Amino acid sequence: MFPDAASTFASPVDGAFLFITAICVFMLALITFLMVFFTIKYRRTRHPESENIEGNLLLEIVWTVIPTILVTAMFYYGWIGYREMVNVPEDAITVQATGRMWSWLFEYENGRKSDTLHVPVNRPVWIKLVSVDVLHSFYVPAFRIKKDVVPGVDNSLWFQPDEIGSYDIFCAEYCGTGHSAMLSKVDVMPEKDFQAWLEGAGAPAPLSGKELLKAKGCRGCHSLNGPSLVGPSFRGIFGRREKVMTGGREQEVVIDEAYLRRSMLEPAADVVVGFPPIMPSQKGVLSEEELVAIIEYLKTL
Amino acid sequence: MSPMQNSYLTQSGTRRGLLAWVLSTDHKRIGLLYLVSVLSFYTVGVLLGLLMRLELLTPGKTIVQASTYNAFFTLHGVIMIFLFVIPAIPAIFGNFFLPILIGAKDVAFPRLNLLSWYFYIGGAILVVTALFAGGGPPDTGWTFYVPYSLRSGTNVSLAVFAAFILGFSSILTGLNFVTTIHRMRAPGMRWMKMPLFVWSLYATAWVQILATPIVGITLLLVILERLFGVGLFDPAKGGDPILFEHLFWIYSHPAVYIMILPAMGIITEIIPVFARRTIFGYKAIAYSSIAIAALGSLVWGHHMFVSGQSYTANVIFSLLTFLVAIPSAIKVFNWVATLYKGAIDTAPPFLFALAFIFLFSIGGLTGLIQGALSVNVYVHDTYFVVGHFHYVMFGGTGFAFFGGLHYWFPKMFGRMYSKGRATVALLILFVGFNMLYFSMFLLGLQGMPRRYYDYLPEFHTGHVVATVGSWVLVAGLILMFANLLHALRKGEKAEDNPWGGKTLEWRIASPPPPENFEEVPVITSGAYDYGAR
Ligand SMILES: [Cu+2]
Ligand SMILES: [Cu+2]
Repeated sequence: MFPDAASTFASPVDGAFLFITAICVFMLALITFLMVFFTIKYRRTRHPESENIEGNLLLEIVWTVIPTILVTAMFYYGWIGYREMVNVPEDAITVQATGRMWSWLFEYENGRKSDTLHVPVNRPVWIKLVSVDVLHSFYVPAFRIKKDVVPGVDNSLWFQPDEIGSYDIFCAEYCGTGHSAMLSKVDVMPEKDFQAWLEGAGAPAPLSGKELLKAKGCRGCHSLNGPSLVGPSFRGIFGRREKVMTGGREQEVVIDEAYLRRSMLEPAADVVVGFPPIMPSQKGVLSEEELVAIIEYLKTL
Repeated sequence: MSPMQNSYLTQSGTRRGLLAWVLSTDHKRIGLLYLVSVLSFYTVGVLLGLLMRLELLTPGKTIVQASTYNAFFTLHGVIMIFLFVIPAIPAIFGNFFLPILIGAKDVAFPRLNLLSWYFYIGGAILVVTALFAGGGPPDTGWTFYVPYSLRSGTNVSLAVFAAFILGFSSILTGLNFVTTIHRMRAPGMRWMKMPLFVWSLYATAWVQILATPIVGITLLLVILERLFGVGLFDPAKGGDPILFEHLFWIYSHPAVYIMILPAMGIITEIIPVFARRTIFGYKAIAYSSIAIAALGSLVWGHHMFVSGQSYTANVIFSLLTFLVAIPSAIKVFNWVATLYKGAIDTAPPFLFALAFIFLFSIGGLTGLIQGALSVNVYVHDTYFVVGHFHYVMFGGTGFAFFGGLHYWFPKMFGRMYSKGRATVALLILFVGFNMLYFSMFLLGLQGMPRRYYDYLPEFHTGHVVATVGSWVLVAGLILMFANLLHALRKGEKAEDNPWGGKTLEWRIASPPPPENFEEVPVITSGAYDYGAR
């Protein structure tokens, strides 16, 4: 039923869940059994004369007190598991996670940046959450953690992975058209491999233009094969004539390198007519090499 | 039995045709106006839900684009919550039966009552306009969270203004009910003699009056912020998005009780009538309504455990959330105890009540699971939550509404439907419902986030079961409504008291005469006095 369990939070969360669920299943079974049993036993054809029992104080007390004890125990279990999630260990590695519509960017203290999160196994990791636009939420089911990423608010969370492997990162707070495409992965690696990765060794070759479109979430709004999504399609984009709104005025442009570059860095400058002006700026997200790689790729479509 | 001549349906006034309805201040006619309009919008909400489920049948695109899907779930939420679940029971059955149940001729302010229906229709028209006007249908989700709702180029302002207007409708209904219950009870109708449906409406009305203005102001602020950029919520201007969440949930959590308390009231009416015995624990049920309304106003923070709200606030809100479960549990135990040594007739309204208890219990118990802090961090904003509130709002309020419809149908229209068909429809509904929404619990535990247009392959099975369930569910709905519509024209004439109820509506003709009672009734026995026959 649960996905992989890969952090130290998995056992307190799953434990509290199972404890509460066990009580709930029992209560539901009891209520349902009594309901069905009474309905059959006292059906009018068999039991035509009812008895008018107006109540019973003792019963009322019993079924107030017992649930109160049970829910207090449930509260307690939930609370002790949560307490651990709040206290960040001092020796945690710090990573800044930036959410934007609709991709994640992870930055390490030594300046290393990555679209996917890499962390060493059995070491606490403290993630500082930054949003550059709207609400997002950083969610790793395998770690049983989640926290909203709120612009202007210093949210953070921590976890300690205890299983090597690759796990999904979701955005869990609705953030617009590309919300369900705002996915990434967290790679839990042996300590040595992580250090090597952090120092840049074994860094993957720079992404191609095609891979960049996917990694940066562009394709949530722009199709490669023709249909208009939230934004215009990339098919045949280079050299295409387009009507655009520039500062409230409509004009016609031929899409060239300068236009593509401006559209990525200042998307609100010239918006193609018929599409909403919602594209986030990629300034600081794409490096110069990446911009060039994307433009070169767009020319081929 | 009852002659059809002089009923509220046929009464001849100064106006004719449609005008005799849309300008009527008779609480029963206004109840029917609400019935027709609420069910129309319910149909739209169901269709949107079906389309969402169809889109989710396969990963990636099935029928529409992401932006269309986002508009679907936004409108599904707005329509179902503001146009169906909140008004359904108070505005339809409350209007129709509250005065009769306390022996009054009408509500305290009949004209205000009609005005509240016009607010409802005005708000509804705005919602529909938001669908088609300039920027396109809103895509923010029914929660309108900032800053996205400030940036979205869609018709957010219009939809938000619609919700604002609908709030007035709700406030006016609440005001009217509180005054009616305080001032218009028939001689002898002491508080502890009132039918428990009236108690539940009373508790609800206070929540409507006290909580709705907060969301009204909040929504206005969103409009101001969108139009003039006042910078209250927008972090780019120094505003606080978390403040919006607080203001929104201070209303929207108590709103859950606006939705569920009247439903509990209906169940409390149905069970003793079909068990043909007095209700078990009258006072416990009455006071638990008040306790739910009061405690329920203090738990809104449980929607924000992962928002960055303080640790202390989280702990307090979690504890209070667990405590609010207790009065609900007390009601369930008293209902079940009312079956003990009854003489039970398993007619459709009773079966709807049983289905309600089962589904509502699942909804409530899964609420406990999410109330626990550590578990909430895991399941918040996943399908687990979606499953939970559909069990409460649809399995709870929806099934109670259908139960009430089958219970009071013969009284409202003077005709009886086919009980066999109603029972079959309920069974189909029940199966479809559980296929659709139980799958959501499992999906949520697997980690499936909500409001996702697309999903990873491991979630496919759950989505297929849910979508097939939605088809079964709709088949049940169609059969149920077809049965009732058929009965409107072709049903047998209903008796004045087909179920053997003791409350006042069963003492008057079916359908009721225009003034309800020929002479003011004097109440000498309780609403559930099956002993004194
Ligand atoms: Cu998102
Ligand atoms: Cu709530």
